[in-house]
Amino acid sequence: MGEQLLTTVDWARAQFALTAMYHWIFVPLTLGLSFLLAFFETIYVKTGNEEWKKITKFWMTLFAINFAIGVATGIIMEFEFGTNWSNYSWMVGDIFGAPLAIEGIFAFFLEATFFAVMFFGWNRVSKGFHLFSTWMVAVGSNLSAVWILVANGWMQYPVGMAFNPDTARFEMENIAEVIFSPVAISKFTHTSSSGFLLASLFVVGISALFLLQGRHQKMAKQSMVVAAVFGLLSSTFVGLTGDEAAYAVAQKQPMKLAAMEGLYDGEKSAPVVAFGIINSAKQPGDDQPVFLQAVKVPGLLSLLANRDFTSYVPGINDLVFGNSEHNIIGAEQRIANGKIALTELARYKTAKNHGNLVEADAALAIFNQYKDDLGYGHLQKPADAAPPVATTFYSFHIMVILGTMFPLIFLLVLFFAFKGTLEYQRWLNYLCFFSIFLGYLAQEAGWVVAEVGRQPWAIQGLLPVGVANTNLAAANVQTTFFIFLTLFTVLLIAELKIMIKQIQIGPEA
Amino acid sequence: MIGNLDYSTLQQLWWLIASLVGSIFIALTFVQGGQTLIFTATTNEDEKSLIINSMGRKWELTFTTLVLFGGALFAAFPLFYATSFGGAYWVWMLILFTFILQAVSYEYRKKPDNLLGARTYEIFMFINGSVGLLLIGAAVGTFFTGSQFSLNMYNHVSWETPYRGLEAALNPFNLGLGLFLVFLARSLGAMYLVNNIDHEPLTNHCRKAAWINFLWALPFLLVILGGFITMEGFAVDPENGRVFMEKGKYLHNLLAMPAVLVLLLAGLGSVIYGVAATRFLGKDSGIWFGGIGTALVGLAIFSLAGYNHTAFYPSVADLQSSLTIYNASSSKYTLTAMSYVALAVPFVMAYIAYVWKQMDAKKLTLAELTGEEAKEMY
Ligand code: HDD
Ligand code: HEM
Ligand code: HEM
Repeated sequence: MGEQLLTTVDWARAQFALTAMYHWIFVPLTLGLSFLLAFFETIYVKTGNEEWKKITKFWMTLFAINFAIGVATGIIMEFEFGTNWSNYSWMVGDIFGAPLAIEGIFAFFLEATFFAVMFFGWNRVSKGFHLFSTWMVAVGSNLSAVWILVANGWMQYPVGMAFNPDTARFEMENIAEVIFSPVAISKFTHTSSSGFLLASLFVVGISALFLLQGRHQKMAKQSMVVAAVFGLLSSTFVGLTGDEAAYAVAQKQPMKLAAMEGLYDGEKSAPVVAFGIINSAKQPGDDQPVFLQAVKVPGLLSLLANRDFTSYVPGINDLVFGNSEHNIIGAEQRIANGKIALTELARYKTAKNHGNLVEADAALAIFNQYKDDLGYGHLQKPADAAPPVATTFYSFHIMVILGTMFPLIFLLVLFFAFKGTLEYQRWLNYLCFFSIFLGYLAQEAGWVVAEVGRQPWAIQGLLPVGVANTNLAAANVQTTFFIFLTLFTVLLIAELKIMIKQIQIGPEA
Repeated sequence: MIGNLDYSTLQQLWWLIASLVGSIFIALTFVQGGQTLIFTATTNEDEKSLIINSMGRKWELTFTTLVLFGGALFAAFPLFYATSFGGAYWVWMLILFTFILQAVSYEYRKKPDNLLGARTYEIFMFINGSVGLLLIGAAVGTFFTGSQFSLNMYNHVSWETPYRGLEAALNPFNLGLGLFLVFLARSLGAMYLVNNIDHEPLTNHCRKAAWINFLWALPFLLVILGGFITMEGFAVDPENGRVFMEKGKYLHNLLAMPAVLVLLLAGLGSVIYGVAATRFLGKDSGIWFGGIGTALVGLAIFSLAGYNHTAFYPSVADLQSSLTIYNASSSKYTLTAMSYVALAVPFVMAYIAYVWKQMDAKKLTLAELTGEEAKEMY
């Protein structure tokens, strides 16, 4: 039975990762390109220059191709919480369902309604209303990011709620705390700006391709300048908000931070690993080296985590086994507490069902003492509290390295654009084109940090993934996993082929 | 004001809101119905393109309403969301697959180099309009016929059959509801096309299609109405919350809630008028009567399932696991907070109506599909 459940969870995780990562191929482009369209069209309306209308329409065609598959991959995400994570949906639905519903009301309708105008309304509504609609699509898509990231931020840092032993679920107590949680805010600012960044890379890269091919030079250069400015601004913002995100992680999810930097033994003036190869045999508690090879910058992690070069940053071992010197209660202790909480909860519920109020009260009193560690009670052994380190570490480093490179690319583009020699910089144009793919890589890597680094928790510290999933035979989830894999891959290939064809046709046709 | 509502009023209010969203979704499935008409109501490619472009401006609205229906149920009745979606796994998964297929089909069908070919995308649309709706109907049917699940002490669901909900499609009542939805949607789709398109040969065809599909829907309607009148229902004892079987429960609900009976009859009457006016009076406005009538019927059906001490998601495997709007809902705090959020809904509906009016002021013509802006068309 235990074996059976384990595999169901694994498939459910694999399926969530698969569908989310597919969804995320399309979403960031929507977030950013929608604004770029609004910029292009605003220039058109202001100048009345038909060139800009053509530019707007060209990018709009690509936008729509991407948007369709974004929507297709999105609907499954919404229902997957119910289908694959039904215990989760019940236990936290009181809090988690709200942002999802609000997203539907405020964001998706805005997007859907004005998308139709933006796409088919050129001859049906006034110029001004059309421009307004294009802006609304941008606002709508970014609003959808707000709400889903509020939901995700809450999973990383659950606030504004309390456990209700009678219903055995978490119930909301303060919606403002949920919405304005610092984690949610840093998630939104970082994620939306990373979407702007990706879309800028996309427009710059495709335009660079036109320059390399000697086609549509004027239109390409015009697009490139607008996108490079937007890209430079947003990549700066991505860096700032990324730092903010890391700070939030350090404060609220120290285990994730330790995994991001491969820090096993906590220290003062903790270093950032600029480059490292992880020793894959390393386990919490053993004395193997963490890195086979590493270049470290001392003090930087302490600065990043606590805004103080000399501060102490706890490592994985401290968080797993505890560290009395620094007042850290380890997973070991918390698992013991959690088991007591679970036992007392069961005793409370049984007693209550049998109308034995005295025993129920007694059980509840003990439960309340230990309830903060309730989630840990589901873990088998202390080391289970640590996420996969190598995956988290490498993803984080890929994202950050790329994040420092992108602003330089935009700077170079702007530099040569102002010199008027952009079309002659073949190396730069190749780099720009190639950077589109690097942008996608950074995007996916970012989410892997956020989500894999959160393991084993579905809700940080409260609900491990193994308890969150639906009680379902593994074969079901396995089957749907492969259906999704096939379906989304076929649709992705179709999308890419259509996209490439439209780029070949270019803005003229 | 909302802050003063008591818990059970809030629960009833949210059942109403969720029902409204669900009913509007069902009315908006004219899009799905239209998708199934592309093969039968057309005589050439041009007409097919007209249908697809006409529906292509509305499909997102239907789709988004479905998404909102899911979101609203999650927020207001999380135990239902968990139990039904996790329990009747395969029904929902199959429904979702058909919507995934739909979402790309409009955009990709006519684009060069689209990998699968236009015909495949048209078949995708057809599957969404037929299989998708049939399963949705069957899923709604289980509100009355029950499902095979039980909940443990922590309200975690176990499903008692390996078919994970697909068994619902074998029940005649559920099947009847599903087929009724399919034919009704086709009728609505045809009426919508009459209203939206300026192309005589096609609209003439659609007028007939609206009528014929409505006739096809009638026997299934009788199955449903007959079911409501005769079937045993899942009643809740208001004293202690215990669920028990009651003979003629839904008939009793109809009689106990005359407003629901009025909704049902007015809705059916409105649909019938819409169809007849489209077919015999040459009117173009039938879709409004058909659509609004459909929403009223939907509202009546959801009300029958949820109100008047009834379990709306009953279990036949373990009666006491059945869900009612009282034991499946969110906390009072969440329902209150969400009620404030729901105050925004009229504004959303207002801008949707405004945009709809702007966009549909001129009917769609063949000229538009071949004209200067044709590049963007589906
Ligand atoms: C183009 C994409 C991109 C780029 C260049 C960066 N990020 Fe990022 N990052 C994301 C795209 C992204 C993301 C996909 O949007 C994530 C995933 C989850 C989230 O909130 O944002 C993310 C998450 C994420 C997290 C984890 C947040 C969490 O687990 O809650 C941290 C700490 C950073 N980022 C930090 C940075 C830093 C210091 C960067 C250096 C400049 C950086 N990111 C560049
Ligand atoms: C679209 C961008 C996202 C991507 C690419 C992404 C990626 C991932 C990945 C890689 C995993 C697997 C982690 C593992 O099992 O080791 C995962 C799991 C999960 N994510 Fe995300 N995620 C995204 C957004 C979200 C959001 C917005 C939410 C919630 C609102 C969310 C909720 C979950 C849940 C519930 C799981 C399954 C439980 C778990 O394994 O933790 N994800 N995601
Ligand atoms: C696991 C969590 C997620 C769920 C449940 C989810 C749900 C959905 C749904 C249902 C749609 C289709 C909406 C429609 O009817 O038009 C959609 C599309 C979209 N989602 Fe997600 N989504 C998730 C992750 C994300 C994240 C993390 C973001 C942004 C930060 C995001 C942003 C968008 C956007 C912009 C769209 C518009 C279509 C497009 O992708 O191009 N989603 N999502």
